[in-house]
Amino acid sequence: MEKKSTAKYTGAQILMKALKDEGVDTIFGYPGGAVLDVYNELPNTDIRHILVRQEQGAVHAADAYARVSGRTGTCLVTSGPGATNAVTGIASAYMDSIPVVIFTGQVPTPLIGNDAFQEVDIVGISRPCTKHNYLVKNVNDLARTIREAYYIAGSGRPGPVLVDIPKDVLRSAAPYSYQKDIQIRSYNPTYEPNIKQLQKVIDLIQAAKQPVIFTGGGVILSDASAELTRFARACRVPVTSSLMGLGAFPASDPLWLGMLGMHGTYRANLAVSSCDLLIGIGVRFDDRVTGKTDEFADKATIVHIDIDPTSIQKNVAVDVPIVGDCRITLKHLNKLAAAQKPLLDDKALKDRNKWFKQIIQWKEDNMMGYDQKKIIKPQYVVEKLFELTRGEAIITTEVGQNQMWAAQYYHFDKPRHFVTSGGLGVMGFGLPAAIGAQVACPDKTVINIAGDGSIQMNIQEMMTAVSNNLPVKIAILNNGYLGMVRQWQELFYDRRYSSTNMEAAPDFVKLAEAYGAVGLRATRPEEVGPVIREALATPKTVMIDFVVEREENVYPMVPAGSPITNMILV
Amino acid sequence: MDDQRHILSILVDNQPGVLSRIAGLFSGRGYNIESLCVAATTDPQISRLTMVTVGDDAILEQIKKQLNKLINVIKVITLTDTPFVQRELVLIKVRAKTEFRAEILRIVDIFRAKVVDVSLDHYTIEVTGTEEKLKAIITLLQPIGIKEIARTGAIALQRDVKPCKPEKKAD
Ligand SMILES: Cc1ncc(C[n+]2csc(CCOP(=O)(O)OP(=O)(O)O)c2C)c(N)n1
Repeated sequence: MEKKSTAKYTGAQILMKALKDEGVDTIFGYPGGAVLDVYNELPNTDIRHILVRQEQGAVHAADAYARVSGRTGTCLVTSGPGATNAVTGIASAYMDSIPVVIFTGQVPTPLIGNDAFQEVDIVGISRPCTKHNYLVKNVNDLARTIREAYYIAGSGRPGPVLVDIPKDVLRSAAPYSYQKDIQIRSYNPTYEPNIKQLQKVIDLIQAAKQPVIFTGGGVILSDASAELTRFARACRVPVTSSLMGLGAFPASDPLWLGMLGMHGTYRANLAVSSCDLLIGIGVRFDDRVTGKTDEFADKATIVHIDIDPTSIQKNVAVDVPIVGDCRITLKHLNKLAAAQKPLLDDKALKDRNKWFKQIIQWKEDNMMGYDQKKIIKPQYVVEKLFELTRGEAIITTEVGQNQMWAAQYYHFDKPRHFVTSGGLGVMGFGLPAAIGAQVACPDKTVINIAGDGSIQMNIQEMMTAVSNNLPVKIAILNNGYLGMVRQWQELFYDRRYSSTNMEAAPDFVKLAEAYGAVGLRATRPEEVGPVIREALATPKTVMIDFVVEREENVYPMVPAGSPITNMILV
Repeated sequence: MDDQRHILSILVDNQPGVLSRIAGLFSGRGYNIESLCVAATTDPQISRLTMVTVGDDAILEQIKKQLNKLINVIKVITLTDTPFVQRELVLIKVRAKTEFRAEILRIVDIFRAKVVDVSLDHYTIEVTGTEEKLKAIITLLQPIGIKEIARTGAIALQRDVKPCKPEKKAD
């Protein structure tokens, strides 16, 4: 008889082995009673553990790690409060389709359902905000479940997967084997698009007078930037994107229209509103982009390419639906386009030139800008950051005006360089995200563009950055307000600034120093450049307090629910 | 285009939590469940869920896609698109004063229903059938005095593409 390996391992050891087999090199986490066995095994491996200061930070960090590295992020938290603290991070990763696997400890199986100490039904709580989740009741299922979790998180439309492991499962023993190829009967994402539909797209592009490509986070997630750029250039179609899609198409390319939607550029919003062909790629037509949906691109034939069939026809009616992976689909499209000789005839080229002229006109009609006077303008800070990092930094953001100014004034030529909580819009995202990004890319400059409100939501992660020698830079655009909410109050609530004044604030320079970081401050425009230079030259965690114009607004702005042509322009 | 009733037959992994995933999907996205029946199939690993829901075509399409997206959902069939057989079971507890007893039994007979419990002042009747049939018997019994009702909700199966004749007689 053949002898099978009979060696047995505890659940905790199996977890470590499985993580190694998945190629996990970093875990973001926080210990507790239910996961003590795992923490006891960790030192026996070479997996790096980043101890955060609050579990929400662990998930955001793992999320950012995944976005910039293209690999699945991993976090580990304890049962009960550890798990509930992680929920906001999980929901954010879910909304932005980021592959993260979250391991939560659970009370021993005999206690489950008995309101045991630190028990919470995290599988129930996280069900609507995970791609899938598991409660592992038997140690014999553990290895396979972990394999499935990574497979599901990283394939198809990516997303967070939670694995809840009771303490007794971590302690009992089973054999371990890694099953590389797995099959899940009911889960078969469609990667290959229908080629016939693709030919239709080429035909439409040839016939279109005023086409626009609209890209989203899906292009970045499927590493489709190069194919997208080739495609847009070959077909001579201008490109706009959602917030999540920034960097998928080079912002320095003449075909770039800027961002679309509520705080999108004048020309992008007008171009989409008057285009006759709109090709959506890896986008979900979020309401922050479409505004009033009945009037969104209402003159256009709409093509929608997405790996997730539920995204198609959900918010806008689509004429040519294509289910498939963005990169694979664009590859096919590029082949089909190359086979057409010529791809665009003289008439089409003429039409395109007219279209480009119109777009340039729109651009000149409303140049995005601001007037830098005696008080620092937040836009100026972002522009300086762009200039002094030569556009090569990884930018994370908090949520609010800071996020929009980062999107508008830092121009991204490459994917995976802009990390922001798009779908959920979580204040407190940027600092832990910067930590995750810096861990994944130690050689890159990582800057968190922050608001004074948001930074205080996960300020404790300063300690994580400092103690791990992560030289992240935090640029606070300190307007003494919850700026974005104040802006809404100004425009839509008659300037009643109810509970948005944040003047009562800590001294951020001293706070940075208290954490062992470097604190800098700029209060006058001429200090902005030097302070940024100093921060970039300091190989340490640096927090810069930019005291900016208090009531500056983000423009253009489309009021929620209005057509995107209804822009408030300064 | 308007709101329509749809019967969905959904094959899912027979595992704890699957039903709540499906129910959660409906409540979270604001879809309506009119009725829901679940039980294991001949394969104990798989359960069949029969669901009646209401919505226009766009909603139905989203419902189907969203269901298919759940990892534990194996297959979703819209029965309303194809010939199908549908049954529902109702238990009706009806007041049975002496003067009505014969009448009740006559109705039971006409509907091929069954009296499954009798006492001095009530009958409990078991009926299976389509929604219309159940509605009809309930309408007839109403004036006599229905005390309580319990319904299962619809279960349904696709008709075989090539039925081998009978069916007619039996129904
Ligand atoms: C966790 C959380 N709570 C509340 C909000 C609502 N919200 C959106 S933007 C914003 C103001 C942000 O203020 P600040 O961080 O100072 O940034 P600014 O807009 O001034 O740049 C608030 C409160 C949110 N997005 N996230």
